[in-house]
Amino acid sequence: MPDSRISTARHGDCLAIVPALDEQDSVASVVREVGSLPGIDVLVVDDGSTDETAAVARAAGATVVSMPFNVGIGGAVQTGYMWALQHGYSVAIQVDGDGQHPAIEVQRLVDAVRNGDADLVIGSRFLGSGSYRAPFARRVGIRLFASVLSAILRVRVTDTTSGFRAAGRDAIGLFARAYPHDYPEVETVLVAHRAGLRVTELPVEMRIRQGGVSSITPFRAGYYMVKVLLAILVETLRRPQASIAEP
Amino acid sequence: MTRITFVSLCAAIWLLLMVVELVRRRRLGERYALLWLLTGAVVLLLAAWPAALERFSTFVGIEYPPTALFVVAGGFVLLVLLHYATVISGLTERNVRLAQRVAILEERLMRLEGAADAPPDSPEADVPDAPRAGRHVDVA
Repeated sequence: MPDSRISTARHGDCLAIVPALDEQDSVASVVREVGSLPGIDVLVVDDGSTDETAAVARAAGATVVSMPFNVGIGGAVQTGYMWALQHGYSVAIQVDGDGQHPAIEVQRLVDAVRNGDADLVIGSRFLGSGSYRAPFARRVGIRLFASVLSAILRVRVTDTTSGFRAAGRDAIGLFARAYPHDYPEVETVLVAHRAGLRVTELPVEMRIRQGGVSSITPFRAGYYMVKVLLAILVETLRRPQASIAEP
Repeated sequence: MTRITFVSLCAAIWLLLMVVELVRRRRLGERYALLWLLTGAVVLLLAAWPAALERFSTFVGIEYPPTALFVVAGGFVLLVLLHYATVISGLTERNVRLAQRVAILEERLMRLEGAADAPPDSPEADVPDAPRAGRHVDVA
């Protein structure tokens, strides 16, 4: 099985996981921008794109893992964590393929994990001086999840739907084993916290997406709400996951 | 024998025969046939034994016993559907796991072949990394 001795792909200590679905217009600049940061290797997980995403990302210098078919954001990101685990990375950071996450903020999240500030560091658009204003409905949803989660975890969480987060070794091991398939952002915070990992937020600035469209439609937003609330409820009825992968 | 008893008996026997035939032709696994066989057996039993059906329908408050028969059959069908939902969930999970492993292996294989093809002193041929801090973990 996975054997780090034959891995020829690791150069730095941090893996940037870039899930991408039909992002050929924006993925190259993301790869170049993030890949220029010290100690960061870029892995693009092409989740069944029908455009040139994989080729463009490879040409820009990323390692590309292409899913044989679309498995959803959760399955794609988890593939990145599996890669990080197999290759012995000590930090992994999720960066969107649409260019929303600026390199300088990537650096800050990665440094927070490198310094041992926490096992999972989430970039929050709502902490501090962020200028991000989400559309009204989305703000209500995010606020709702944040208050439910804050109440359960007894820790203040402001941006539960942020897909911009950096993970340390323990979180990588946990996520490689257990990761929800769709709309995973909220649940993973809960899972990580219950596994005894230290979760913190850092205020970040995000950009307007450079290409592609948001995957959230009104119908999906409704499904999102119900699915995530159910998942939170059920998760609290489960035993916590052990954070370290069994040898 | 009332007509409804006769129809119920025929339906139950037909269901049992169908299930057995499907298993015989290997189009239905034994594992998934069991709940269907149980459904057919219970309906057959209640149809063939009106006293039991009557006692059951009085117990649950159904005035017309044959209705109770269909309530029971319906209950079993719900059970079968729920069972299928769990089976589908398991298959979905495994499907994603397989896709993930295939995708990772494909990329690792490509790199391995690329490294083998490149001349030994080429910068493209990466030096194998030493195992880090002896931390060798397996993804479940």
